[in-house]
Amino acid sequence: MRDLYESQRAMRNMRQAAMQRGVVAILDVGTSKIACLVLRFDGPDRFRENDSVGSMAGQSSFRVIGAATTRSRGVRFGEVEAMQETERAIRTAVQAAQKMANVRVDHVIACLSGASPRSYGLDGETNVEGSVVTDADIGSVLAACDVPDYGHGREVLHAQPVNFALDHRTGMADPRGQIGNKLTADLHLLTVDATAVQNILHCIKRCDLELAGLASSAYVSGISSLVEDEQELGAACIDMGGGTTGISVFLRKHMIYADAVRMGGDHVTADISMGLSVPMPTAERIKTFYGGVVATGMDDREAIEIGGDTGDWEHDRRTVSRAELIGIMRPRVEEILEEVRLRLDAAGFEYLPSQQIVLTGGGSQIPGLDGLASKILGQQVRLGRPLRVQGLPQAATGPAFSGAVGLTLFAAHPQDEWWDFEIPAERYPARSFKRAVKWFKDNW
Amino acid sequence: MRSLMSAILRRAVPVVRNEAPARRDPAPTRWSYRYQRLMLTPVFRASVRIGLPALLLVFIAGAWFSNPANRAALAAQVETARDAIESRPEFMVTSLSISGADVAVAGAIKDLVGAEFDAIGVAFPVSSFNLDLPSLRERVTKLTAVEDAVVRVKPGGTLDIVVTERRPVAVWRHVDGVRLIDHEGEMIGMIAARSDRPDLPLIAGDGAKDRIGEALVLFAAAAPVQDRIRGLVRMGERRWDLVLDGGQRILLPTDNPVAALDRVMALHAAQDMLRRDVAVVDMRNGNRPTLRLNPMAVGVLQGASARISQ
Repeated sequence: MRDLYESQRAMRNMRQAAMQRGVVAILDVGTSKIACLVLRFDGPDRFRENDSVGSMAGQSSFRVIGAATTRSRGVRFGEVEAMQETERAIRTAVQAAQKMANVRVDHVIACLSGASPRSYGLDGETNVEGSVVTDADIGSVLAACDVPDYGHGREVLHAQPVNFALDHRTGMADPRGQIGNKLTADLHLLTVDATAVQNILHCIKRCDLELAGLASSAYVSGISSLVEDEQELGAACIDMGGGTTGISVFLRKHMIYADAVRMGGDHVTADISMGLSVPMPTAERIKTFYGGVVATGMDDREAIEIGGDTGDWEHDRRTVSRAELIGIMRPRVEEILEEVRLRLDAAGFEYLPSQQIVLTGGGSQIPGLDGLASKILGQQVRLGRPLRVQGLPQAATGPAFSGAVGLTLFAAHPQDEWWDFEIPAERYPARSFKRAVKWFKDNW
Repeated sequence: MRSLMSAILRRAVPVVRNEAPARRDPAPTRWSYRYQRLMLTPVFRASVRIGLPALLLVFIAGAWFSNPANRAALAAQVETARDAIESRPEFMVTSLSISGADVAVAGAIKDLVGAEFDAIGVAFPVSSFNLDLPSLRERVTKLTAVEDAVVRVKPGGTLDIVVTERRPVAVWRHVDGVRLIDHEGEMIGMIAARSDRPDLPLIAGDGAKDRIGEALVLFAAAAPVQDRIRGLVRMGERRWDLVLDGGQRILLPTDNPVAALDRVMALHAAQDMLRRDVAVVDMRNGNRPTLRLNPMAVGVLQGASARISQ
């Protein structure tokens, strides 16, 4: 646990340094595209406290000054597969974003979409030293959480305290300063594959960049695409990416569950490619232009030119009706959504007070998806787009960028994590000294 | 074969993708990426934008100047340009005007300017750039009769020397003659006889001119007997004697002579002392002022006292 603390603390210090310098890059390494945003932090003094504008959910403190997207290479299922290819793709995105921002970026905050995340709910209990809950008590209650054996070769990505209970009062966000005896904490622990983390770290390091933070893609797209009441009352964000579909469940503004289905839009494209025997880029183009999941009578009559360049006229002039295309796409989309349904059921999503489901990510742009999803996932389904942040170009406001936009919010307002609190001093001399001080305090 | 096929099919997606490199991949090379990042570094950028051209400029200039012929040519060009500007008519000085000095001093100053011009090898008309006005002023001011001088080139090409002459305040008699001195004790010039300047008081004795200020105060204090004053004599470079006509002397103390003289003047005003037959009024000892009478007066006094005692 020590080295986890130290590595995460080092990362947080790096982020602090980046904030101090005022420029930090956001890197969303996905299966289908790599997005890089360059943020400039202006500091909190742009708006005074008595301004009616307010801080606008923390967005006023930063501005996007550079944005670039490039086709992803060498990434499968959100994990780096071909290191050199990925590195080149990251270089392309970062260079273009730097060029637009006209500033050099040294620190980067990245997100992981794949790497098979696994959620754990932990709880810990401790007696409050003294009468009032202090930072040290919170540190010790977090340290008292019994960490499950999450397996060799996995790494903790997030460990966020989601709930505190003091004696009989529960649902506290911040128990510091309150009077009580027994402090209980609930912790949400998210672990990912260590090798995937290592690979992406290596890629970023090879681009001469320093990693200043790492987040789960499902989590950050939830931050950006769920509105406040959804985060508060309970909602699931389904981020349909290229290679993976991320699931994150929010309650009381904390992520309580995250998972990823290793299927996404690329599989739909691959199905089209195989079904129509066309190359992947053509399949992708057909999918984005004519794709859909609900066929109507009109679709039987709409012929789509498939094209080709074999030189065989018969082969190159093939057409396919839109209904056929939908017939190829729909089963795969249904499969993805059903897999999501399974994961949500396994997580106990139906017990949440509100069961809002928000579909986002590039895959959510398939026409008619919300109708299909409401049949599979439940009635409360909507399509989500990311929050508007200052300076974001129009091209990057679509649902495909919810991960990147969520990372900007994450960079501006990181959630308290386990390692932000001091680990209690376990060594005997410190404790005995503290006891002596306490004895003096009590008796003098 | 089956196993190979299943292995490939499991990876169907990337294989298909790799076989279709539809468009050129515009990834920057590692070096171009690094170069761009370097160029975006503010310090490096500034050094390239400003430092490099400056360095180049310095290098070119240095290379050019390292050739002595170039240096000489540049110096000659500068000299020509300088001459062209200096010899313009608006900078030429054509005449000399001296004001505030009497004829003798003006002649001396004219000689001085001539000597200065000879020394630097110029003659009227001369460029004002070639004139060293501060040194000229210094030399004019060094003349004994000149207290201060303003030397300037007036518009219209006139070298204007405005002289403040030293004003004589006293006549100093010394072994070799009679001189005029000013209020600072500076000797101005000789005069043939004391009677040339009867309006000025006379001082004499060693060290008299160094204490001219005190002497002037004493003369002012002796104003009631002004018409009888012959002069002040410095005795032993220490104290003053005020000499009146008829050889009458007032011996003043070293310290505070003005107060002592005031006492004498008060006595004179009250009892008309100095009109009597007194040879010396000795004020050197302030507690005991002493009168020395002339021999005839002594006899009269003794006769009178004998008569009283009878």
